[in-house]
Amino acid sequence: MIALLVRDIQLALRAGGGLGLGLAFFLILTTLVPFGVGADRQLLGAIAPGILWLGALLSCLLSLDRLFALDFEDGSLDLIATSPIPLEGVVLVKALSHWLTTGLPLVLGSAPLGLMLHLPAHGFGWMILSLLIGTPALSMIGCFGAALCVGVKRGGLLLSLLVLPLYIPTLIFGADVARRGATGMSVETPLLLLGGISLAAIALIPLAAAACLRVNLR
Amino acid sequence: MTVIATDLVVARAGRVLLEHISFSLHPGNALVLKGANGIGKTTLLRGIAGLQPLMAGKLSVTDDSHVYAGHQDGHKAMLSVAENLTFWSRVFKGPPIERALEQFDLVALRNRLAGTLSAGQKRRLALARLCVTGRKVWILDEPTVSLDDAGVDLFSKTIDAHLAQGGSALISTHIDLGLKAPFDILDLSPFRATPRALAMDEAFL
Repeated sequence: MIALLVRDIQLALRAGGGLGLGLAFFLILTTLVPFGVGADRQLLGAIAPGILWLGALLSCLLSLDRLFALDFEDGSLDLIATSPIPLEGVVLVKALSHWLTTGLPLVLGSAPLGLMLHLPAHGFGWMILSLLIGTPALSMIGCFGAALCVGVKRGGLLLSLLVLPLYIPTLIFGADVARRGATGMSVETPLLLLGGISLAAIALIPLAAAACLRVNLR
Repeated sequence: MTVIATDLVVARAGRVLLEHISFSLHPGNALVLKGANGIGKTTLLRGIAGLQPLMAGKLSVTDDSHVYAGHQDGHKAMLSVAENLTFWSRVFKGPPIERALEQFDLVALRNRLAGTLSAGQKRRLALARLCVTGRKVWILDEPTVSLDDAGVDLFSKTIDAHLAQGGSALISTHIDLGLKAPFDILDLSPFRATPRALAMDEAFL
């Protein structure tokens, strides 16, 4: 499984791997917001948590359709499926490499972008923490969508339609942690729920996504 | 390590293709599948490899004894020849890649990106992969496609060596492989199923 993780990260780092694409999209999206809503400091500060969460969510979506589709197209998914690595493990590794190459850069990138959106100073820690806990759920749920759409021609749009509704709970509680943190309210409840969503996704989705892959490989 | 198939039925896209297929494949032997295009060779091989369910019959295979190579090579274009092979060697915890590179005359190409290889070179890399898996039963779907005569020769020699070491191979092909080791031919034409649709939806099996 480590070999697969190393390979996927290696591929993401090579030309055409798409590393940085999500981050660049995140940057542009959040840069556009002040142009859209005006440069009012207070307004921007109030909507910053929501904007950053939305931006992170959409950036995550960008690289999802490549997750299994590339391996399916060149035939290596067949070969991996007949290798000693269980498909559940493959799903877990794919989600982990997606998080390392997309989710983690977004978490780190959210700090300077929060500054640009006038996020209140005491909100930064909660913002980063909520993304750190929430983005693994985004990668896992996206992995399930990608496994479901593998083999579908032009599956990218279908994938977005399937995955975005599933992202709603993560978005609600993630953005709530960041918003409550920024306004100085207690964040305990949404933080626990966000953590719960992530843990449940990590525990259950490998089974569901592996079942989807098995059906799609036939 | 013996593969024993009894009365297999294979279906694809809701249609039964082949039925009553029985064979046994012993260590040191090769079984060559022949049959017209579309008869169901690939479906049968994928079924035996565990990629799709067999509709009926009994298949006895030792767990984790086989490796499958299909029509697509499965290389990553942005990884070099050596990196691609090393990946598979690590996944299967198999032998190091040096001998496999030599066996398929890939030493000079080891640092080339797999995406820049010719079709025949890619196929040689796909076959070299088999040698680094350390698996005993090779399930090969038209392995000689796009190989030149010298490539086919390298392939036959590798199969002969694999069989001599107690391995076995199940190969579908349209050409004469020129194997020296003992092999049986299974012509699939008599097993063609009478056209009928499947009663149930295979997607939900």
